[in-house]
Amino acid sequence: MEILWNDYLWPTIVIAFFTVVVIVVVLMAVAYTTYYERKVMGAMQLRQGPMTVGPFGLLQPFADGLKLFAKETIIPSGSNRVVFLLAPMLTFFLSLVAWAVIPFDQGWVLADVNIGILYLLAISSMGVYGIVMAGWASNSRYAFLGGLRSAAQMVSYEVSMGFVVVSVLLCVGSLNLSDIVMAQSGSWGFLNWYFIPLFPMFVVFFISALAENNRLPFDLPEGESELAGGFMVEYSSATYAMFFLGEYANMLLMSAMLVILFLGGWLAPFPFLEFIPGVFWFFLKIAVVLFVYIWVRATFPRFRYDQLMRIGWKIFLPFTLFWVVLTAGVLVAFDWLPGSA
Amino acid sequence: MAFIDRAARSLFLTELLSGMGLTLKYLFRPKVTLNYPYEKGPLSPRFRGEHALRRYPNGEERCIACKLCEAICPAQAITIEAEPREDGSRRTTRYDIDMTKCIYCGLCQEACPVDAIVEGPNFEYATETREELFYNKDKLLENGDRWEAQIAANIAADAPYR
Repeated sequence: MEILWNDYLWPTIVIAFFTVVVIVVVLMAVAYTTYYERKVMGAMQLRQGPMTVGPFGLLQPFADGLKLFAKETIIPSGSNRVVFLLAPMLTFFLSLVAWAVIPFDQGWVLADVNIGILYLLAISSMGVYGIVMAGWASNSRYAFLGGLRSAAQMVSYEVSMGFVVVSVLLCVGSLNLSDIVMAQSGSWGFLNWYFIPLFPMFVVFFISALAENNRLPFDLPEGESELAGGFMVEYSSATYAMFFLGEYANMLLMSAMLVILFLGGWLAPFPFLEFIPGVFWFFLKIAVVLFVYIWVRATFPRFRYDQLMRIGWKIFLPFTLFWVVLTAGVLVAFDWLPGSA
Repeated sequence: MAFIDRAARSLFLTELLSGMGLTLKYLFRPKVTLNYPYEKGPLSPRFRGEHALRRYPNGEERCIACKLCEAICPAQAITIEAEPREDGSRRTTRYDIDMTKCIYCGLCQEACPVDAIVEGPNFEYATETREELFYNKDKLLENGDRWEAQIAANIAADAPYR
């Protein structure tokens, strides 16, 4: 009984508790990301954004969420009901499950696995299933085209993203996300972070992340003006809300990945600021990356589909491949390989 | 050289970055939002909003049932019936405006010889049913009593131009 409690039940309760904490934090962050987006986009278009619900419109995300969940879930009669309902659940589930390996601070991680980055890549690749399933099960032309587009797009950009990750891994020598962050620590503050030596890869990763999240200017799977909402065209109320939450949680996840790989995770930008807890820096950096996401959305029009594919396969892929070789060459030439010293 | 120039430009994303610079500049510009239900824009004295039937200061209604407004109304939204009152003056017994027909051209106001029918400054009179927009004489007179101060001010402000 003692062993059962100490070795199995108590750790399970603790992990379940922290899981709930992480989920609540992520969902709150998602809610306020939508608010953040509307405020920043509004400001860039000389508007105020939401102002009515609560002070400065701060309760607007909850009003929107309540409205969505109070509505009727319409299931098209020609659809495949099971897959149709499974798709948003899968998207939502996968966007939350990935947070298990994200280190919020030194040791603040649910599962400190040694293949963290591989796990993240695997989960984010599976995200495409939710969209493809939604596109197929809706039994609608717009949704189907949206699903096809997202499948092609996410697969193409995953490749160059993989190479970007490889070049970071060459410098770190570990797949553990906490190790990746710690490899960027040092007395130079933010000058130690990888976005300086690997700057081109940083940019490529960010642009690929935009494509991976179906964000503007690469939001072709949704493409309001041509596909009327794409794979989401048949979804309403709670199912739509789950897609929406999943999409924004994925956006946050990609920002978190960018922060961990290139912007030093929870590390303070200057050594004298280290007294502020790391989790603050982590969320601040995510907020900065999200700002750029929104900024890009407010600036650029949508890409044409062939241009999107051209950038993915004919520019990013050779470029990242070249840069991986270059990184490896430099590391070997100067004997900077981690583990060899 | 042009080739190198073009390649460098696309490699360093200069055009994209200058576009982003422009949006960033806009981020710090003052907002032009008018917080509508709480803030409202200015209206011209000639604004043609909800109709009203006015009264003289002694409480007597101005309308003399000449039916010029009914005649000129291009949408035929106005219906008037009239007969002499006990004291012998000519008054309307019925003055209806179908607000769903009205095109807010202001010709009724132009035609009126006694400034009785006017289009006031009010534009917030949306209703939940269609029937509520069939205005009768009582409703129009009530509007006149409610908006008289502003209507009189608007007519005074516009008088020099007529």
